[in-house]
Parts: sequence; C-alpha cells; structure tokens
Amino acid sequence: MPHLTLNHFLVVSALLFGFGILAVVTRRNAVAVLMGIELILNAANLNLVAFGRYVAGGITGQVFTLFVIVLAAAEAAVGLAIILTIYQMARNIDTSRATTLKE
Amino acid sequence: MQTQFVIFVFLALATLVGAAGVALSRNIFWSAMGLLSSLVGVGGLYVLLSADFVAITQLLVYIGGVLVLIIFAVMLTSQIQDINISNRSMGLLGGYLVFFVVATLLSFVAIWAPWKLTDVAPVANTTVAIGDGLLGKWLLPFEIASVLLVATLVGAIVIARKEVKSDS
Amino acid sequence: MEHAAHAASHLGPLATQAASYLWLIPFFPLVGAVINATMGARLQRRFGKNLVHVIGVGAMALSFTTACVAFLTLLGLDGEHRFLQDTLWNVFNAGKLSVDLGFALDPLSMMMTLIITFIGMLIHVFSIGYMADEPSYWRFFAYLNLFVFSMLLLVMGDNFVLMFFGWEGVGLCSYLLIAFWYTDSQKAAAGMKAFITNRFGDFGFILGLFLLFWALGGAWQTAPDGKLTYVEDAQAANAHGEQRALLDADHRGKAWDHSEGSHVSVGPTLNFRELRDQIVITSTGVAAKLKSQKMFGFGLLAVVGILFFVGAMGKSAQLPLHVWLPDAMAGPTPVSALIHAATMVTAGVYMVARLNFVFALAPAAMGWVAFIGAATALFAASIGFFQYDIKKVLAYSTVSQLGFMFIGVGVGAYWAGAYHLLTHAFFKATLFLGSGSVILGCHHEQDMRKMGGLGKLMPVTKWTYLIACWAIAGFPWASGFYSKDELLWKAFTQEGMAFPLLGFTPHLGQLIYLMGIIAATGTSFYMFRSYYMTFTGEYRGHAHHDDGHGHDEGHGHGHTPHESPLSITFVLVALATGAVLAAVLGLPTAWTGSAPLLEHWLEPSLPAVVKFAEYSHSTEFLFQFIGVSAGVIGWVFARALYKDNQSKVPAQLLERWKRAWTVVYNKYYVDELYQATVLRGAVALARLFSFIDKHLVDGLVNLVGAITRVFAELDGAIDRYLVDGLVNLVANSTLSAGAILRRIQTGRIQTYLYGALVGAIAIVFLNFLLK
Repeated sequence: MPHLTLNHFLVVSALLFGFGILAVVTRRNAVAVLMGIELILNAANLNLVAFGRYVAGGITGQVFTLFVIVLAAAEAAVGLAIILTIYQMARNIDTSRATTLKE
Repeated sequence: MQTQFVIFVFLALATLVGAAGVALSRNIFWSAMGLLSSLVGVGGLYVLLSADFVAITQLLVYIGGVLVLIIFAVMLTSQIQDINISNRSMGLLGGYLVFFVVATLLSFVAIWAPWKLTDVAPVANTTVAIGDGLLGKWLLPFEIASVLLVATLVGAIVIARKEVKSDS
Repeated sequence: MEHAAHAASHLGPLATQAASYLWLIPFFPLVGAVINATMGARLQRRFGKNLVHVIGVGAMALSFTTACVAFLTLLGLDGEHRFLQDTLWNVFNAGKLSVDLGFALDPLSMMMTLIITFIGMLIHVFSIGYMADEPSYWRFFAYLNLFVFSMLLLVMGDNFVLMFFGWEGVGLCSYLLIAFWYTDSQKAAAGMKAFITNRFGDFGFILGLFLLFWALGGAWQTAPDGKLTYVEDAQAANAHGEQRALLDADHRGKAWDHSEGSHVSVGPTLNFRELRDQIVITSTGVAAKLKSQKMFGFGLLAVVGILFFVGAMGKSAQLPLHVWLPDAMAGPTPVSALIHAATMVTAGVYMVARLNFVFALAPAAMGWVAFIGAATALFAASIGFFQYDIKKVLAYSTVSQLGFMFIGVGVGAYWAGAYHLLTHAFFKATLFLGSGSVILGCHHEQDMRKMGGLGKLMPVTKWTYLIACWAIAGFPWASGFYSKDELLWKAFTQEGMAFPLLGFTPHLGQLIYLMGIIAATGTSFYMFRSYYMTFTGEYRGHAHHDDGHGHDEGHGHGHTPHESPLSITFVLVALATGAVLAAVLGLPTAWTGSAPLLEHWLEPSLPAVVKFAEYSHSTEFLFQFIGVSAGVIGWVFARALYKDNQSKVPAQLLERWKRAWTVVYNKYYVDELYQATVLRGAVALARLFSFIDKHLVDGLVNLVGAITRVFAELDGAIDRYLVDGLVNLVANSTLSAGAILRRIQTGRIQTYLYGALVGAIAIVFLNFLLK
C-alpha cells in the first residue's frame, strides 16, 4: 500500500480537468457545458488545497478555495439565468445552433 | 495508512466516474447525477487533505446550491421525453485527443516537477483560522467578493425578471 | 591651222573667272516651267492664253539676256582666260567621288547656250501662233520651258553628273513633247520609242563614264624634274629604295607641275576642267598612261570613246539607233524644230566636242565615230529621196546632217563639226518652222502630194524656205557651204585614223570623204525636191471648209491656204537671217587670210592636237568646187523632176524600179527588224519575269502568310488553354481554399475554445521541444 502523496491528488485533479475540458468542448447542451466548467473549477480547487496541504502549509490554499467556490456559485447563477433566457427566446439550447457569430 | 489509501481510491473513482458521466453521458440527467457524484467525491478528498471547512462549504454551496440550480435548469430547458440531446457534433475524436493530451501533459508536469514538500503539520482548527484570515489578512478580497455577490444577484434577477415580464 | 597646234603645246591649267549669275540662265526657264505646270490651267482659264505664253516667252527672254551678258563678259577676257565658273554647292562626297552643283561657260558651251536660248526664244514665239487653238496650251509651254532648262543643264554643267542629269532630262522632255497629243495611241507610242531608244544610248554613255573614271585611278610618282610618272606597282617602287614622293592618285593628290608653275589635280574626277587639265598637260603623264592602258587586249580609251559614242548614237539618232527620230515627227512642229533640229539631237555632237581631248588620244574611236557618221549621212539621205510627208523628209535630213557633224568631230575637225552644228541649227529650224507654217496654212495637211503652188499664196514662207534650202545644199555664200566644205576637206586630209579591230587604216579619211560627197549630193536633191513639190505648180489640195479650227489671228477658215500670222512669219525671217549671217563666222582662211572667227573663238575649248595632211591652196579650191558641183547636180535633178510637178519621169522611174523603191520607201525595213528581234525578246523576258513573280514570288509570300497564320493559331491555343487555364486555376484554388477555410468560422464558441486550447498545448510542446 503506497503512501499518499501530493502526486496522487495532482493526477486526479489533472484527470478531472481533462474531463471538464472534454465536456466543455464536445457537448451540445449548454447546461452540460456549464457542468463542465464546474468540473474545471473543482479540479483547480483540488489542486489549490493539495498544494496548500503539502507544499505551502498554512491556511492560504483553503481560503483561496473558498473564494473560488463563492465565485463559481455566482457565475453558475448568472450563467443559468442567461441559458433560461435563451431557452425562452429560441426554444432550444443547442450550442451547435448558436452560430450568430458566424456572420 | 492503508485505510486512507483505500478511501482515497474510492473517492477518486467516484470523482472520476462522475466526471466521465458529465462528459460522456448522452442523457442530461445522468450527467447531472454524475456531477453530483463528482462533487461529493471532491468534498471527500478535501477531508482527506485536512480541509474540513472547505469540504463542508463544498457540500453546502456546490451541491446544495449550484447543483440544485443546474438540475432546475435541466428540468426547465430540456424535453424529458427526448433523451438523446447531446450529440457530439464537434467530433468526439478531437475531444478525446485533447483530453488525453491535456491530462497527460498535466500529469507529467505534476509528477516531474520537484515540489518542495513541507513538513509542517496541517492546521488543527481550520474554521478558526479561516475566520481569522477572512477578517484579517484577506479582508479586502472578502469585501470585494461580497460586492460581487450582490452584483451577481442583481444581475441574475434582472435577467430572469425580464423574461418573466415578457411572458406576461 | 599650224598656230593652233603650237598654242596647244604650251597649254597650262585653265584659269577660271567667277561669275555668280550663271545659275540664273537655267533658272528662269525652270521657274517658267514650274509656274505653268502647277498653275497654268487655272491661269489659262482666268486670264486666257496670253498670260501663259507671256510667262513662257518671258522666261526665255530673261535667260537669253543673261546669256548675252555672260557672252559679253567672255568677249572681254582674252583667249587664255575665257572661262566663267559658278559653283553653287557640293552635292555629295563619296570617297574619290566629289560632285558639285556648278555651272561653267567656256567658248564651246557659250556658243551652245546662245543657240539654245536664242532659237528657243524664237520657237516659243512661233508656238504662240502655231498652238493657238490647242486647249492644253499651258502644258505645252511648261514642257518647252522644262526642256530648255534640261538642255541648259546639259551644256552648262561643269561635270559629267550635271551633264548626265540634263541628258536624261532632255530625253524625258522629248518624250513628253513628242507624245503631247497622247490620246492618239500612235503618237504616244512614238514618244515611248524615242525614250527607249535613248535609253539604250544612255547605257553606253554610263558604261563609258565608269570606265573613264576607273581608268584615271592608280598610283603616281613625282620625278625630280617635276613630271609625274605612273607606277604600276607602288610597293615595288618603294622597295627599290627610290626616294620619291609617292602620290596616290586614287585620293586625288596634287601634282606640282614645274614647267607651268601651278597645281594640277591628278586622279579620278568627273569635272570637265580637271579632266581636261590632267590629260592635256602632258607633263602629268596621265595622257601617256591612258594611251597605254589595255582592257582585255583592247585599248581602253578606244572602248571608252566607243561607249560614249553609243550614248551619242542614241541621243543624236545615228545608225542603228536612228529609228526614233522620224517617228518623233508625231509631235507638234515647234517641238520638231527645237528639239529634233537645233538642240537635243546636237547634244551628242556637243559631248564628243567637249571630250575632244579624250577622243584625240584614241584613233580607233575617232575612226568609228567618223565612219558611223558618214554611213548615217548616206543612209538617211537615200531614204529622204522618196518620202512624201514633208516633216519626214526634214527628219531624215536631220539624221543625215547629224551624220555630217559626226564626220567633223570624228576626223578631228572639232570646230568644223561645231560650226556645222551652229549653221544646221539655224537652217533646220527655219525649214521646220517653214513646214509648220505650210502645214498650218493647209489645215494640218502634211502630205506634199496634196500641196503645191504655195509660193504665190505664202510668199514669206516660200522665201525663207528657199534661203534655208540654199544653205543646206551648200551653195556659196550660204553658211552651210562653209561648214560642210570644211569638214569634208578635213576628212579627206585626215590620214591618221584607225578603225576598231582593223588597226591603222590610212585611207579611211578618203573613203569617208567619198561617202560624204555622195550624201551632200543627195541632200541637195531631196531638199529641192521638197521645195518644188510644196511651193511650185498648182495647189493640189482640196479646198477645206470650216472644220471647226479657228485661228486666233487672221480670218480663220478660208478655202485656200494663206500666209501665216505675224508671230510665225517674224520668226521665219529672223531665223533665215541668222542662217545667212552665220556664214560670216566661218569664212575660211583661204579666202580671208586669217583663221575663221568661230575657230578662233572655240580654240580654248578644243585643245586636242590632231594631225592633218598638208595640201596646197589650189587643191583646197578644187575640193570646194567639187562640193559646190555636188550641190548643183542635186539641184538640177530635183528641178528637172519636180518643178511645177509637170514631169512624168518620177512616176515612170518608180514603176521601173518598184521593188528597190519599196525597200527604200520602207526605210530599209530597219524598224521591222527591230520589232522581230529586240522587241520580241524584251516582251518574252517580261513574260518570263511576270510568270516568276506570279508563281514564285507570290507563292513565297503566300507561304509566309500561311506560316504566320499557323503560328498565330498556335499562339491562340496557348493563350486560351495555358494562360487562361493558369489564371482560372489560381482563381479556382483561391475559391476552394476560401471555402475550406470558411468552415473554421463555425460561430460556435466551443470551437474557438477548442482552437485556443490546441494552440496553448502546441506552444507548451514547442517550448518543451526547443528546450
């Protein structure tokens, strides 16, 4: 049974980040994209806490993480409000249909 | 140590499987569930890292707030009857490639880099320490965060309100 | 005659006197010609014919006045220095050849100029009356003036080029004037015949000129005594170490002639004065060199002389190129008088007289000239016996008299030939104009059988015609007597002549004398025949009604001939007087004791030394008597046969000798011979060239065109497929590239995120790799 070290947490966080990217880049449902963003933020949080525990010491990592969580919540709220508005207007939230930028 | 490791593996699996579900599931509801699993797993990992206050906050805010919101949004915007919503039009192949590259790269960097590990024991009472810190050293970010939250609240209401108004 | 030979041996280079007005003499007729040619038609329409002939005659009068001024100037100079020169500018310079536009008057050309301007002026006046009812009045005067201009260029030019320019010019004007009524194809053909026959002659002239020019080249050396010697091989001379100044005559070196103390230019030249100086001054050695040069075994100078004489044969209508002159009678009578009696045909005689020093060095050439002259005189006289057209009689008479002139310059009696030229000009012009008056009076009837009895109706014409006949027949106290007598005498006493290819023939002179005397008898006969047929007896022509020709003066359409208007009779009288007075110029030494005036006058121009045998005065008188007798015999026969046209003898003789008469009447079929040989050959050659041109040349051109077309089509294909294809390719690839690249702009944010991520990863990798 290997000792639990920093690297374990970092790998997990890396994988989590990768999944988050995958979700953001490939998913057509806008809410799923938002979920992917949450995953990314979580991966970052994990990194922060792990480093705070193993490298930096003290409480800095955790405080930072708290702030991130707060901001993530705020951002999720606004984003969902926007998605709902779009749904009201277009009656669907398919990202592959949101191509106004094309013109 | 053994128990810790096993618990770690269990939590890590929960996290990663949940994340996979978010990214790959064809049913949006399963994705939401996956997110739930992932968030819980991360919270557990926080505990393992002796960040208990952060873990509780994660549970309360993320799962109790954000996830509920997301599920509401899912409910409101999707036709439950139609399950196959998310077709990967961007090309799953490209996505997989990116995923592998990114993950590998980051892992590599994490493992290779010579981190200077510290011997300092983790803080015993994190809640007190965090409270002290928020109102002491990190007062400014705390206040700015609160202003930001107000702005966000107002903004979300304005956006949502417009929609209600236009309905009636 | 002896002192002339003495003078010649002391000759030095000609001294010239500048006279800047000489160019005016040919200039006035040129201006008259240009005005009448360009504006004549309009002037005639607006102001009538008066203005036209005022311009024409006025130009002649001005020219004659200037010539008189020059003559008086020349009289004022002494014999050795009688030479007026007026050089205008240098026309071109090409290596050894340098041509100036320059006019020179020495005694010979002065005489010619006076003849041309004086007789020309009178004939212009004659034309006023004769051509009165001609619509193209202005054209006639323009051509006449142009002719006089060309003739003056010929005699006044101081080098061969200018002379040849005038030579060709008179040929051209002769053509223009003979074919004046060109709508009649026969008259047009006569003009062309004259021009083409002249051309044959000109070809010989040019060849002779080239040969002479070439012969004068070479290398010369100055000996210590100042004499120039010609060196065959300049290099060899130098190699022997002879220290002499080497002058290359090809570059026109100057020779210092010690004996005369002045410079003489040696080398190829076209200038008459320089040529004369080179050859006549024996110390230059040019004459000796030319005499010794041979070309293909023939003496070079003989060839040159004969070639020059070919030119004279063409221009002066000698055998065998005489055929154009009788046909030239198709032109108006003033033309016949001016061109074919007094001036153009004498150009050949002038040329031989001008080059007397060249001919004198070549006895073979001299013999040839004299012999041809004598043969022509005899030949033409015989044809003149039987012609009925009065103008044809006069034409053959001209040919015959020209033969006499060539006898003169051929045997070496240059001044006698020139004198005969002068007297002939006067009396032949009188005869022609008299015939013109007769033709006018008979309403353009030229056949003598339809004339007769005109002596009573046209007295002035009759008397002037008679005086001219007297002159031409060679009776005493008429000018023709002196000239003809002199040259026949010289022919008899010339014992140094040679004949080409036969060498030295001592009795050639006597043979020529014999031929000349027979021709003289013939001359007298046919001239008086024409006189008796025309002016004696009864008028045989039918009365003419008014056929639409009005005369400007007089009262037009009478039924019988009447005397011509004053402008015509005045000229006749003037010319007849001249014919008589010209006798004064040639009174022989045997009569007056001193040299004849004209001989003395012409001496500086005729430096050639020719040896004649010496005979006593009584022998001379005897020969003069023989000459007069010849004329009398001819006259007696003519009178017997043709006076009053009573005699039946001519008709009987004709019947008896019908065949011979036909041959002579048809001019010995010379024209027919030429038609069969030369003309047919020329036409065949023309056809051959036309064939070549149509098939070969045109074929070649078409081929080139076809090849060009093929190349053009190839180019078109290249342009269409290659070039356009290239352009289209570029455009199409741009379009497809655009279409492909457009797909990046999906409008989806996730795509852009994806892109950003990939980019970031790429940079990391690059960083990693480059480390």
